[in-house]
Amino acid sequence: MGSPYQDEGEVDMTESTKGNGFAIQTFGISRKFGNLVAVDGINLSVKEGELFSLLGPNGAGKTVTIKMLCCLLRPSSGTATIMGHDIQKDPMAVKKAIDVSPQETAIAEHLNALENLSLIGGIHGLEKEEVKKRSKELLEMMGLTNRAKEQVRKYSGGMKRRLSIVMALVSDPQVLFLDEPTLGLDPQSRRGIWEHIAELKGKKTIVLTTHYLEEADALADRIAIMDEGKIMALGTPRELKGSISDMQVMVVKAKNLTTDAIDGLRKMYTEVKVIEDGIEIKAKEVSFSEVVDYLRPKGVEIESTSQKQITLDDVFLHLTGKELRE
Amino acid sequence: MRFMELAKRNFKETYLDLLSLGLVIIFPPALLLILQAIGAVDPFFTATNLAPGIVLFGFALLSLSSGMLLAKDRESAFLSRLLTAPLRASDFISAYSLPYIPVAIFQTVVVFTVAAPLGLEISGNAGLVFLILFVMSIGYIGLGMILGTVFTYKTVSIAWIAVNLLTIFGGAWFPLEFIGGAIRSTMNALPFAHAIDAARDVMVHGAGFGDIATDFYWVLGYTIVFFALGVFLFRRKMVE
Repeated sequence: MGSPYQDEGEVDMTESTKGNGFAIQTFGISRKFGNLVAVDGINLSVKEGELFSLLGPNGAGKTVTIKMLCCLLRPSSGTATIMGHDIQKDPMAVKKAIDVSPQETAIAEHLNALENLSLIGGIHGLEKEEVKKRSKELLEMMGLTNRAKEQVRKYSGGMKRRLSIVMALVSDPQVLFLDEPTLGLDPQSRRGIWEHIAELKGKKTIVLTTHYLEEADALADRIAIMDEGKIMALGTPRELKGSISDMQVMVVKAKNLTTDAIDGLRKMYTEVKVIEDGIEIKAKEVSFSEVVDYLRPKGVEIESTSQKQITLDDVFLHLTGKELRE
Repeated sequence: MRFMELAKRNFKETYLDLLSLGLVIIFPPALLLILQAIGAVDPFFTATNLAPGIVLFGFALLSLSSGMLLAKDRESAFLSRLLTAPLRASDFISAYSLPYIPVAIFQTVVVFTVAAPLGLEISGNAGLVFLILFVMSIGYIGLGMILGTVFTYKTVSIAWIAVNLLTIFGGAWFPLEFIGGAIRSTMNALPFAHAIDAARDVMVHGAGFGDIATDFYWVLGYTIVFFALGVFLFRRKMVE
């Protein structure tokens, strides 16, 4: 079983992948845990300087993919290259080219921010002066300068997450992996981190995994939608939304909506989703009068109807039959 | 020397944990005082006879501490992040071992300092005694690296009981002559009894390097094996 979506077609693995403009290429990469197929033969190509997002719900296989690309997990089959270096044959060269901000905040709690950065810079072989200079710039960028000499265990969750990202940047990697960088943060902190990631766009190749649609929509050049270990769709946010642009979404705010009424609509239209205070109906053609004429005799009190813009949530629901926030 | 930055962090972690550090330093001399008091009637239980074994008991505690630090980090996202950096298995093992070497030296000095007023005598070369014990301390830290790599944070202490028993049966608290049969043969195959015997021979009988060379190389060989095994096992855990 391979992915339903194969990026760039089949790639000849014998061909050198160095200097071909791709920072990352995967070749049917898979990972199984016993009988569970976590990643199922995916083929991806990420261009140098691109901000590429892996979008999918928990358990979609995003983190397992990242861990294989970072040489932490061995693929069950297939392989990948990072900056032309095979992740299995030359992991040390791969590790020199990458850095990662893991899903869990990975910092040394008893060190201060500067010491944490010095640690990461040191193990990547950077000169002390260079680490100092970069640390100063990066802490400034993430708004952590004032607390730079404080033990990081005293930081708030948002500050720790920002430091975790800074730690991934201090080695000036060619390829940066950000695994759910805003997971569990409040909306304000999340937006702050988005701004910082946006500043890096075009300067580095970034792979961002997220299950926040807005995050992928706002930041990514291209998005791969993952579900059950497979790439379900791949393209720019506009292309993905455009892929179902022939669909219409009608939002009906109503009272007294019964299960019977909703089930009846589901027989008439492609998708009917229950939302707060009403329903969303998606189909190639949604007739206002048909909906109203169907619901009113069933005692449903319609408060308003409106047309909705297609979102990535709609794309995901259309592709997988599931909601991303489940 | 990329691992030095990680070693620095581990130094900090080790020296911030004052409770554990205090225990590994205070417990061995306390045990020396207790054993000497208990065994006042037996000619074996002199400070000179007991000191090398008590030092080894302290080293065994170090293998627990070092194993626990490594096991704790292995379960954290922090080490997972470090594993994506261009460091080799030997770098990691070195970085987690180095902080414990000064502790081992300090432990040895403390035990001998406490033993001195209790009648400790060193007939032979004191430097040779310290050399044997130093090599053995590295071996114990290597054992800690194996424990920390193979076991989880919660199970390291259970596995460590085996290390402790081997130290005790190796003659740390009582002479190996008290034990017979298969256990004694096993103890002679391991390095602990050799380290204790060699140190005692130098201290009590004034033995020179030539007299204890076999014991010394036995200890050195095991120390190398423990570290090599630690690196081998850690390398296998780096990619799962």
